[in-house]
Amino acid sequence: MTPNSIAVVGAAESTRMGTVPELGQVALHADAALNALADCQLSPAAIDGLATAGHDPAEIAHYLGLEPAWTDGTSVGGCSFITHVRHAAAAIEAGLCSTVLITHGESGRSGHRTHRPLFPSQFSQQFEVPFGATIPPTKFTLPALRFMKDCNVSEEQLAMVAVVQREWAALHPRATAREPVTVADVLGSRMIAYPFRKLMCCLVSDGGGALVLTSAERANDFPTRPVYVRGTGEAVESPAITWMEDFTTSRAFRASGKAAFAEAGISHADVDHLMIYDAFAHVPLYGLQDLGFVERGEAGAFVAEGHTRPGGRLPMNTNGGGLSYMHSGMYGMYALQEGVRQMRGTSPAQVDGAEVSVVHGVGGMFSAAATVVLTNVA
Amino acid sequence: MAETQQDAPAQPLLIPEAEDFWQAARRGQLRLQRCSACEHAFFPPRPFCPACGDRRVENFTATGRATLYSYIISHIPAPGHTPPYAIAVVELEEGPRMMTNIVGCPQTPQALRLDMPLQVVFQARGDMTLPLFEPAEPTP
Ligand SMILES: [Zn+2]
Repeated sequence: MTPNSIAVVGAAESTRMGTVPELGQVALHADAALNALADCQLSPAAIDGLATAGHDPAEIAHYLGLEPAWTDGTSVGGCSFITHVRHAAAAIEAGLCSTVLITHGESGRSGHRTHRPLFPSQFSQQFEVPFGATIPPTKFTLPALRFMKDCNVSEEQLAMVAVVQREWAALHPRATAREPVTVADVLGSRMIAYPFRKLMCCLVSDGGGALVLTSAERANDFPTRPVYVRGTGEAVESPAITWMEDFTTSRAFRASGKAAFAEAGISHADVDHLMIYDAFAHVPLYGLQDLGFVERGEAGAFVAEGHTRPGGRLPMNTNGGGLSYMHSGMYGMYALQEGVRQMRGTSPAQVDGAEVSVVHGVGGMFSAAATVVLTNVA
Repeated sequence: MAETQQDAPAQPLLIPEAEDFWQAARRGQLRLQRCSACEHAFFPPRPFCPACGDRRVENFTATGRATLYSYIISHIPAPGHTPPYAIAVVELEEGPRMMTNIVGCPQTPQALRLDMPLQVVFQARGDMTLPLFEPAEPTP
């Protein structure tokens, strides 16, 4: 896509987040979608493109009363919505549609859903499940000890990821977990899957989010400050954690990040704000290294030294992330929402003067990745 | 042999391409595949080589020697497993990696050292026989 040719003009989360027992999963999509449409003062009839993950696009289109001329049902896990931004930008630029709605909804906590959104893998079912690796805490966590050994990360540094993100969450009224925590609190919390304690694992939440994208030429017709899509990337790697090529670096992260930075024409010094999907505390450390913000072996110390905390030189996961803000299961939409808020200048944890935000997501168990570079400079 | 477990683990979906692997496990053999064209050894089984796409592949019996690549110690109950127990990914001598459980040693970070040499053992659980790994040398 051409940098800055497409803009996010509508963005919103579901009316309530955290524990929302009164809504089913599809209704969470719709609640967020209606909020995003209200944000940019559009009616559902104005939407001619729809992207969603975890559900058949027909289900979401029909529920909302849409008749899209273009749909994308790419479901590669939690980063799917970041991938959708890329695909939507290409579709709008190609003239397949003009106004795309991207929706997410997930009843991760209350369980009002027919299915979990991630496709099962035959390799995982066959060669992982018999050994007890049945849920993300026993799969996603598996590369961490190898990463920690080869990349000089201590358990205290892993805990610092959670400590720093809680500092950001304290600034967000909508964050689920806002009480300060210390390294000792994190290391002393219940053991889930050594070396991961409870506070190193994401929340389990209900919620939704939606975005509205259109061409940059139309962006000024809306009441919101346009947020331009400057660069995008995506990649897939393996269907299950055992077959991640190298437990110390994500091939998918490297490929997706490289593509997004190249398309945007930016260097790391241009990045004012960073979101790296944190299903577990180790994932942002991979992201910092694999996107090239620090050298291999430096991510643990970088976070522990405070460079990503409020006032640091690389503000990261400024909503508190999946560890503290919310995590419905497919968190990527919430990372996007915070990226958009930062570029609009409306985040409760606003980074002063931020002009470029990088939003990077993971899908499945390091199975996929997607990256977008957002900017408020046309 | 490793300690026996009360419950059977979750039964996987059995795909035809993996039949040789599971049948061989009952006989105490760890089976891998090798490409006849490029000699790439791989796992899980496929009717072609994932490195070069050639359909000429042969099944062979691995040595069962491996090293500990990474692991967690799960405190979460799962069918056929009593927490805390190690879920590991091991690197086989022939190159491929596979998930397994480490048996025959304490399920502690002190006993489970990355890169430690391991040897395959087979354990019947329910209707399946699983390839598990135990330390090839005495552990602390
Ligand atoms: Zn080959």
